[in-house]
Amino acid sequence: MLILAFDTATPAVTVALHDGTRAIAAESVVDSRRHGELLASAITKVLARGGAAVGDLTAIGVGAGPGPYTGLRAGVVTAQVLGSALGLRVDGVCTLDVIAVQACKGVAGEFIVATDARRREVYWARYSMSGERLSGPAVSLPADLPAGYPMAGEGAALYGGTGGLHGPQGEVTLIEPRYPDAAVLASMVAGRIAAGLDPGPPEPLYLRRPDAREPGRPKRVTPAAAAERVITR
Amino acid sequence: MSRPGSGLVLGIESSCDETGAGLVRGHELLADAVASSVAEHARFGGVVPEVASRAHLEAMVPAVDRALAMAGVTLRQVDAIAVTAGPGLAGALLVGVCAAKAYALALGKPLYGVNHLAAHVAVDQLEHGPLPAPAVALLVSGGHSSLLLVRDLTGDLTQLGSTIDDAAGEAYDKVARLLGLPFPGGPPIDAAAREGNAQAIRFPRSKYADGTADFSFSGLKTAVARWVEAREAAGLAVPVADVAASFQEAVADVLTRKAVDACLASGVDHLVISGGVGANSRLRDLAARRCEAAGIRLRVPRPGLCTDNGAMVATLGSDLLAAGVPPSPIGFAADSGLPVTEVLAA
Ligand SMILES: [Zn+2]
Repeated sequence: MLILAFDTATPAVTVALHDGTRAIAAESVVDSRRHGELLASAITKVLARGGAAVGDLTAIGVGAGPGPYTGLRAGVVTAQVLGSALGLRVDGVCTLDVIAVQACKGVAGEFIVATDARRREVYWARYSMSGERLSGPAVSLPADLPAGYPMAGEGAALYGGTGGLHGPQGEVTLIEPRYPDAAVLASMVAGRIAAGLDPGPPEPLYLRRPDAREPGRPKRVTPAAAAERVITR
Repeated sequence: MSRPGSGLVLGIESSCDETGAGLVRGHELLADAVASSVAEHARFGGVVPEVASRAHLEAMVPAVDRALAMAGVTLRQVDAIAVTAGPGLAGALLVGVCAAKAYALALGKPLYGVNHLAAHVAVDQLEHGPLPAPAVALLVSGGHSSLLLVRDLTGDLTQLGSTIDDAAGEAYDKVARLLGLPFPGGPPIDAAAREGNAQAIRFPRSKYADGTADFSFSGLKTAVARWVEAREAAGLAVPVADVAASFQEAVADVLTRKAVDACLASGVDHLVISGGVGANSRLRDLAARRCEAAGIRLRVPRPGLCTDNGAMVATLGSDLLAAGVPPSPIGFAADSGLPVTEVLAA
């Protein structure tokens, strides 16, 4: 088994190559504005470091978000094309689930993963201490998240201290990590394949409708006074 | 002059609302698959970038598969990939660029990130053969209106002039809305104009004789709005066909005059017209007449190749490949403001 996995749903571009048991090469860069530039280069690097050619791959794993649109699509379209061109299985995995699997190693109870949804909102979901998703994913104002849970993910770190997120004591307990790790994503895909599960759809989780308003009547260009004159005459 | 090569090139286009995948071998068109999200934008009266980007993601792989099936070739036979690197909508461009990089990676083939405007010029070669150099190109669409001097399609294009405000296609969209015609405005105005009198109303021709190669369509759009409002205020019906024909006449008059002037001023006797507005019947007729009178050879691709498509990108990629130009690095960026002087993203 040789799985190439990557996630671009957060400011991190993370790529890993996994043999079904362990990650054999990985690369992560945090740069929210350059996903389209960094992803393909990082894949090339990881393949070279792992001594693998694209023809050796047996499956693709991709973070399906939720995430701000543009960066998220860089990963999803890359996964769809690689899957189509190489004839490989492609697994979409909820990015919050990946962060949860990373975070649950250090928790003693339920917790929340929250990532930055921009526009002062967060994408979030609630997890059991073993990393199983209990609710979500959803997009909300930080103030509307349930109180009292420790939180992982960049959203918690961004809005935790600014009056956005409040636990019962007025502060949120932040836990690691901030960003998903493609090595963990790959191991989740390996687990799915080993368990004989169908692939998760490699479709983006947007959770929001596109911003667009239907226009009203065209604005008048004739000055009001002139228009009145025409009417009253 | 660009000489056709013999490599099989896949071209991918996603700069606005058309997801295009085209295949060419040299200057031979093998397949041109286009999926348009235009219907999803219609009720908004203009292209909504996020709606377009989502549609590109959904349509990308199916469009490439459709092109391969049309051409009767497999991905493995592709010798190079070309993709629009810019200019265009940033989020929309990114989908095509990432897809093209992934195809290049999967196939181990060279990748050219190309300029959308240069690709609009290149596509004419699929119908009319290698483009003589130098040539002047008039590119008119909803996103751009410019006059270019093309010395070498693979590396030497300069802008002679461009619109200082709205693109010509944008003016069509806005006037269509004023007249209660659907989006995009080009085809319905063209159709309505056929029933109208182009001399009925004398709309202004901004910058008509200012000696530059620049355009301005904002004043024309406002003049049409004012005229329509005055009619309505006076309780009179708006003669839609006459307004459409007179507006279209003003646009075609300015565009063709400036294009012919640019040819004469540059001592160039070949003019290429491309871009979505290049599909407009009045523009094509008037350009043909004025070019003939001025001794200029006019080249206009058929309407389906004037609008955005993957074949135009493949054609430019084919020329770059044949000219031995080194491909783009895998880390090149989509650039929403890529200047026409940069034919290849580096
Ligand atoms: Zn165009």
